[in-house]
Amino acid sequence: MLLVAENISFGFPEKPVLRDVSLSVRRGEIISLLGPNGSGKTTLLKTLLGLYRLDKGQVLFEGRAISSLHRMALARSIAYVPQIHRASFAYSVIDVVLMGRIPHKTFFSRFSPRDMEIAEAALDKLSILHLRDRPYTRISGGERQLTLIARAMTQGAHTFIMDEPANGLDYGNQIKLLEGLIDLCDEGYTFIKSTHFPDHALWVADRVIMLKEGRIIADGPPDDVITSENLFELYGREVDIHSLRESFKVCIPRKIGKCRCLHTH
Amino acid sequence: MKKNIWIPCLVFLLVFIILLSLTLGKYEITLGEIFEYLAAASGASSMDEGKYALLSNILLDIRLPRIIAAALIGSALSVSGAAFQAMFINPLVSPGLLGVLAGASFGAALGMIVSNSWFAVQSGAFICGFLAVLIAVGIARIYHGDRLLMLILGGIISGALFTSLLSIVKYVADPYNQLPAIVYWLMGGLSLADGKTVLYVSFPICAGILCLLLFSRFLNILSMGDDEAKSLGINVTRIRMALIFFATLISALTVVIGGLISWVGLIIPHVARMLVGPDNRILMPVAALIGAVYLIAVDDLARLLFTVEIPLGIVTSLMGIPFFILVLKNARKGWA
Repeated sequence: MLLVAENISFGFPEKPVLRDVSLSVRRGEIISLLGPNGSGKTTLLKTLLGLYRLDKGQVLFEGRAISSLHRMALARSIAYVPQIHRASFAYSVIDVVLMGRIPHKTFFSRFSPRDMEIAEAALDKLSILHLRDRPYTRISGGERQLTLIARAMTQGAHTFIMDEPANGLDYGNQIKLLEGLIDLCDEGYTFIKSTHFPDHALWVADRVIMLKEGRIIADGPPDDVITSENLFELYGREVDIHSLRESFKVCIPRKIGKCRCLHTH
Repeated sequence: MKKNIWIPCLVFLLVFIILLSLTLGKYEITLGEIFEYLAAASGASSMDEGKYALLSNILLDIRLPRIIAAALIGSALSVSGAAFQAMFINPLVSPGLLGVLAGASFGAALGMIVSNSWFAVQSGAFICGFLAVLIAVGIARIYHGDRLLMLILGGIISGALFTSLLSIVKYVADPYNQLPAIVYWLMGGLSLADGKTVLYVSFPICAGILCLLLFSRFLNILSMGDDEAKSLGINVTRIRMALIFFATLISALTVVIGGLISWVGLIIPHVARMLVGPDNRILMPVAALIGAVYLIAVDDLARLLFTVEIPLGIVTSLMGIPFFILVLKNARKGWA
């Protein structure tokens, strides 16, 4: 097991955010975390990064307690791709990506041409090398997301924890992102990402975990977990799951689906 | 790479303004005389003994300490301002954010009423500057929640506390001698900067500036937010405390030499950001150099513009405001 959460609880006594959550991540998996707003997705992702001191339970990375690992060493293994944010300072894209080399440096060492090569290679791989010298504040949301992914690759990490990576991207960029995840997954990268789109989970995830009010209510292959019943429990809307081909499913909200049928007939 | 050209340019400008400022004053000394004096001092040539003593007195005992004091204060305030702006992810904060300047002002004023010695004033300023920041950090630790926000609130509370304490000191001070001395001190100025103090204080200030410069790469990462910085392997709490320590050290020392000099720590980082962009690895040294040049130039104005010297702090404030309005117009591009 690559990453394991054992019975973790976290939050304020009067308002727990995570309650007794357990999960395990295998190397090379894409895991989609589904849950309504405020269900604790971001908090769960951050506990998996070892950012919080837990009230109960523990997170193990490669069998060792994440709290006992050195931050620098951990950063070389696990990378965090936060939700799209607006930076306050207009660093150039390459400078943001180079931050990923920090965990490979000692206090006094400076970035070498080799670091620059690694950062540029990551940009090139995501086909955004042309953005190299653009200010990070002046590129689109999708480009910013790709920049943060490039930084995660530059870190040398092979496990990516991504908070709603498709959020705010246009349709084309969402698809590009998902295609990119599949490619990187084939190279041995592991992804744990939260999403608001059950369809995305059906398309690319190996496993889906559903989180409601800080508890896991379902964990398994997408086909088993993404069901009408589970989606109703999660979001309170009726959604039908249709099979297009043998192994390809899509979600269609029931009421909207019906209305559309009436309109076309 | 183009940006690196600014550093040699600014070093050249700094040397130039130091030499120029040495020539300026009530007693006129030309640049030629300075070089003659330097040649004589190094033993390469000889000079009339009376003139040599006079130049020695004016250059080494009066003008040079003052110029060095201005350079140190300008650098220290600019570097700690730039560091705080990156660390607090807010381009509008200045070195006094955590209360160091309020604390140091109170300490200096307290020193003036309890003792006649200059040393009491200086150590009071230094100790209370640190104390104020310690209280701000302590208050921030009581509460959970966003670390940066709690630190800022702690700084506001601590600053308000020491401002009130300062008012008490002013209220109880003897209104004929002590009160004017306190008020004058708080206006900031270098007329009292003596060679010995400047020499002693220059070591810790230079060391503090250098330490902050060493941290400049981490400033970029801290300005991405705590969680991201941690996920990049940074020990956020430890690095932030180290930065606050060095910034407090050098800011408190500026009050020890020159009283309260405002606006420099807010404006100069913006000017530097306009020149070289927000990357702290280059921004920090550039801000240090610009700060030094700026404060030497402003101090020249303060002592020469009128027959009576104007307190430096007043000139920096007066110049700071229009300057800041101009800078803001352009700077918003950089961080909006």
